[in-house]
Amino acid sequence: MTALKIAIRHKPFARSDGELNAIENIEIEIAANEFVAVLGPSGCGKTTMLQIAAGLDDDYTGTVEYAAGLKDKMAYVFQSPTLLPWRTVRRNIELVFSNPQDHAGTIASLLESVGLAGSEDIYPQQLSMGMQRRASLARAFVLRPQLLLMDEPFVSLDETLADRLRNLLITMLADNPASVLFVTHDWREALSLADRLIFLSPGPARITGELAVTLSRKQRTNPADLQSFKDANARFFLSGEA
Amino acid sequence: MASHPISILGRISWMMTSVISLLVVWWGAAFVVQSRYLPSPQEVFSVLAIELASGELLFHVAMTLMRVAASFTVAMVIGSAIGIAMGKQVWADRLFDGWLMFFLNLPALVTIVLCFIWFGLTEVATVLAVAINKIPNVAVTLREGTRALDPVYDQLATAYRFSRWKALRHVLLPQLAPYFAAAARSGLALVWKIVLVVELLGRSNGVGFQIHLYFQLFDVAAILAYAISFIVVVQLIETFLLQPWQQSVVRWRA
Repeated sequence: MTALKIAIRHKPFARSDGELNAIENIEIEIAANEFVAVLGPSGCGKTTMLQIAAGLDDDYTGTVEYAAGLKDKMAYVFQSPTLLPWRTVRRNIELVFSNPQDHAGTIASLLESVGLAGSEDIYPQQLSMGMQRRASLARAFVLRPQLLLMDEPFVSLDETLADRLRNLLITMLADNPASVLFVTHDWREALSLADRLIFLSPGPARITGELAVTLSRKQRTNPADLQSFKDANARFFLSGEA
Repeated sequence: MASHPISILGRISWMMTSVISLLVVWWGAAFVVQSRYLPSPQEVFSVLAIELASGELLFHVAMTLMRVAASFTVAMVIGSAIGIAMGKQVWADRLFDGWLMFFLNLPALVTIVLCFIWFGLTEVATVLAVAINKIPNVAVTLREGTRALDPVYDQLATAYRFSRWKALRHVLLPQLAPYFAAAARSGLALVWKIVLVVELLGRSNGVGFQIHLYFQLFDVAAILAYAISFIVVVQLIETFLLQPWQQSVVRWRA
């Protein structure tokens, strides 16, 4: 069953030297509870594609279709944590509910599982970047989303912390299965998380290939296995990923 | 807003010192000049006590305060709406830019006189005249605030399906709150001074009217008594309402 179908014919991108396309002919279909990673070089239009998928950007030609009711079960993790600085961590998370008092238990247990118990009443600016990102993950998960759109949520974190947060994501998805569209420029991250990889060219973004990731949960945690999987599919990875 | 750390007690004692030094200078000048046109602080305060006891002072201060409150509210609401529209919509900015320039430079006296001519010597004309003087300042401040909005928070509101009301209440207004506070504080200072001029020109009560009356009698002590009592009222509003509010809207800034 298809959860999300994105078909972007073109997306104009205004620049001083005239208008050009940021995205050309991208079609992506995501099945229910499938984890799709979109891999492309920085600045190729991945974020733009994700924003179109989420309905945050209307200025494009094409269509975005959600399975019935799925759009109301969507959560978005931004590239920056995007917490409202005038609200504490808890009050930031409460904001995604229309009746937060009914969800106090869920909020507390989720804050616990992302390791933010004890920091609920702190303002975001007093938290480290890693803690802010965890709060932003908690905000996305607290809704029990069935569609999760993630824009390089672990970028600019040190590897240890990024790994911990990736594991947290896997654990949370095990408890609460969702269709995931995950944008990244890091092939290791993509291989360690996704069921399927979609490769984008440098801008204007086009799809250059698709690859099913046939690695076990255990292999995904082993850098050598990731490397050999990448080497075995080297032709896909030509578009500039390190 | 850089402020040196100073205890509340320290702040109060400095404030007292400052006020007392002003009173001493005033008292000294009155002592040297020895004229009924420069009464000493004691004379002014005894007039103030008499006016207060008779209820006159409270009545006129209350009338003025009501006009201040009405025109302040009208100016904040209309000025904010115009300023936010100008900050959000390029066409609104271009269209109203000339208007702003015109009204910012229009002397308060002209607005007041024209409002009285067009709408008669009424309360509506009074409130309108004062509001028109303040609206452009509010609009300019809120336009700056709206231009400084971070679009990523709009995306947050859309992605998490906030209702319009929720987005307004919890995303837009908190971002603008420091600008509202700044417009309110400068607005109060401007509005009450203009209200006094309006009362002097076309009302039959209020602090401005009383000052006009005592001007005709050359009663400087009464003029100063009314002026001081209103300064005290405005300063109380500033200290106990506007300042705490302004601080509360930026308390999250660690």
